[in-house]
Amino acid sequence: MPHHGAYSRRSRFPSHLLARSTVLAALACCAAVVAAAPPHTVPDTMQQRMLACSGCHGKDGRATSQGYFPRIAGKPAGYLYNQLLNFREGRRNNGAMNTLVEHLNDAYLRQIANYFAELDLPYPPPQVVGASASLLAAGQQLVLQGDKPRDLPACVACHGAAMMGVVPSVPGLLGLPRDYVVGQLGAWRTGLRKTAPPDCMGRIAQTLTREDVLAVSTWLASQPVPVGAKPDAPATTPLPMGCGSALR
Amino acid sequence: MKLRGAMLLGLLALVCVVGLASVSALVVALNLRGETTLQESAKVSTPEQVAKGAYLALAGNCATCHTARGGAPYAGGRGIETPFGIVYAGNLTPDAATGLGDWTAAEFWRALHHGRSRDGRLLYPAFPYPNYTQVSREDADALYAYLRTVPAVASANKPHALRFPYNSAAALAVWRALFFSPGSYAVQAGKSPEWNRGAYLVTGLGHCAACHSPRNMFGATIESLEYGGGLIPAQNWYAPSLGSPEEAGVADWPVEQVVALLKTGRTARGSVLGPMADVVFRSTQFLSDADLHAMAVFLKDLPQHRLERAAGQPPKAPPTPHGAKLYEQHCAACHGDQGQGAAGAYPPLAGNRAVTMDDATNLVRIVVSGGFPPATAGNPQPYGMPPFGPHLSDEEIAAVITHVRGAWGNRASALSSLGVLRAR
Repeated sequence: MPHHGAYSRRSRFPSHLLARSTVLAALACCAAVVAAAPPHTVPDTMQQRMLACSGCHGKDGRATSQGYFPRIAGKPAGYLYNQLLNFREGRRNNGAMNTLVEHLNDAYLRQIANYFAELDLPYPPPQVVGASASLLAAGQQLVLQGDKPRDLPACVACHGAAMMGVVPSVPGLLGLPRDYVVGQLGAWRTGLRKTAPPDCMGRIAQTLTREDVLAVSTWLASQPVPVGAKPDAPATTPLPMGCGSALR
Repeated sequence: MKLRGAMLLGLLALVCVVGLASVSALVVALNLRGETTLQESAKVSTPEQVAKGAYLALAGNCATCHTARGGAPYAGGRGIETPFGIVYAGNLTPDAATGLGDWTAAEFWRALHHGRSRDGRLLYPAFPYPNYTQVSREDADALYAYLRTVPAVASANKPHALRFPYNSAAALAVWRALFFSPGSYAVQAGKSPEWNRGAYLVTGLGHCAACHSPRNMFGATIESLEYGGGLIPAQNWYAPSLGSPEEAGVADWPVEQVVALLKTGRTARGSVLGPMADVVFRSTQFLSDADLHAMAVFLKDLPQHRLERAAGQPPKAPPTPHGAKLYEQHCAACHGDQGQGAAGAYPPLAGNRAVTMDDATNLVRIVVSGGFPPATAGNPQPYGMPPFGPHLSDEEIAAVITHVRGAWGNRASALSSLGVLRAR
């Protein structure tokens, strides 16, 4: 009888406990597998941290051939910092950017801006080729001379004679996709993009016609970026109009 | 016969009227329960009170809702989306015309404790007074003292944009009669002072249950399922259960890891993203180690409910060569070829509950939108996750999510591209 008892006790071992111990054993195996996985390390660098940006802005922020997202490498640090703040505070609207910077503090945003500003990477050839001569002439006229009767200053008056921006906070205009320039001027016209007041670009964009926007963006996107081109040193003469973000 | 019919009808009408009147009286009585004449505090606002109030305002994460994006702190105007419409947070600055300038400490206390505004109006529970009702009068006075010191901003409160019938005071009164009763934190005698401090912070100012509990069709948290996890209304993020070892229960975590997660946003097991990143970024990273420790002690003691399924055979995601290839191409460089993560930089995906819990909403959101864990003193330069929404199709996202849910010992269910579409 004792044999029988032992036998029946074993047979009465609760099946759910058996199942649970099997699962536990399986989990232990998995844990062992995970533990056995060789440790994976990544470089402790800003480049590694900023891989989140490269999907849209290209490797190291040099833009992709995708045709919309702007290059960020080599733009003035103050400009980049202001834009990161604008995205976090909702003065600029792009779903991806608003989400990415939502929980980053000023100190880290400053580091991010400095990191991209210091990158010195070659520019690709201009995106737009073969635009009509009349369109290019109209664009060139506005960019280099502005339009006095309409109170439109020349782009170069603020963005630097070489159109590569001015340290610390005025962005360059070359090496950007045409669609991006059109998108930004449009966003300013509708009030979707804002900057710290006085919002100089908001005022300018309100004055531009659709034809102006097309001409300016086409001419800018047709210009090659000279080798070694950099943002200008801070201007010594006053800007033609008040600009809230220029000095921040 | 005719007379009898008329009498019957009259009686019925009378019963209806009396019934309606008694229900109304009951609703009114329930809305006023616990309210007594307002007692002004004798205490003037001392610097200690102001400092304490500033700290408590962080613990309650008040500024997040009461500050519009890019707006002045505490000036209100942020729209809180709910399934019933948008509730706009009010101006808490001391501006007399539009803020709390004319409020007394007692009126402020009544708003926190009873959900009633200065003018007697009922407040919508998007303002989490069902949780804040636990806040002590002393702490409410400190909060009030602090809010008197923030710069006054003239910014009129925006009227709520709620749909009918939710926009009516009667509907709100009925809701309150059914789902709200004022309370005060009662010290649990059998528990340590630290446990009680943690419970007070988590259930009151922390209002953790507001997200981490399921809500019924009227938008009220379900008390019996408190901390049981829930989809956050209108945000489409799932706040995982704090009472489940398969989700975000911490019963078997060392206290220090819970503290580290709330303080830095990161542990070796994973990091916070989405709404919880917001909580760490704007609230818990600023709390004292002692308070975080107390909260951890309480959270570890929450009743744990292991899912039935876990004891049986968990569903296993079918192997997908496509998913494995996508993983290798887009994810392995950071998260490791075996989902082991990179210490100090990227969380492991193998054994990570954010990956394996039943509800895959958060996983989809993270893959689609990317994000950085919060920048905190303990993790000042977080590593980011790129948004894959613009680059991968729903089918590809489903394949790679199914892969990580089923690889390296993970045993969670597969996700379809329809599931991705619903969650993104």
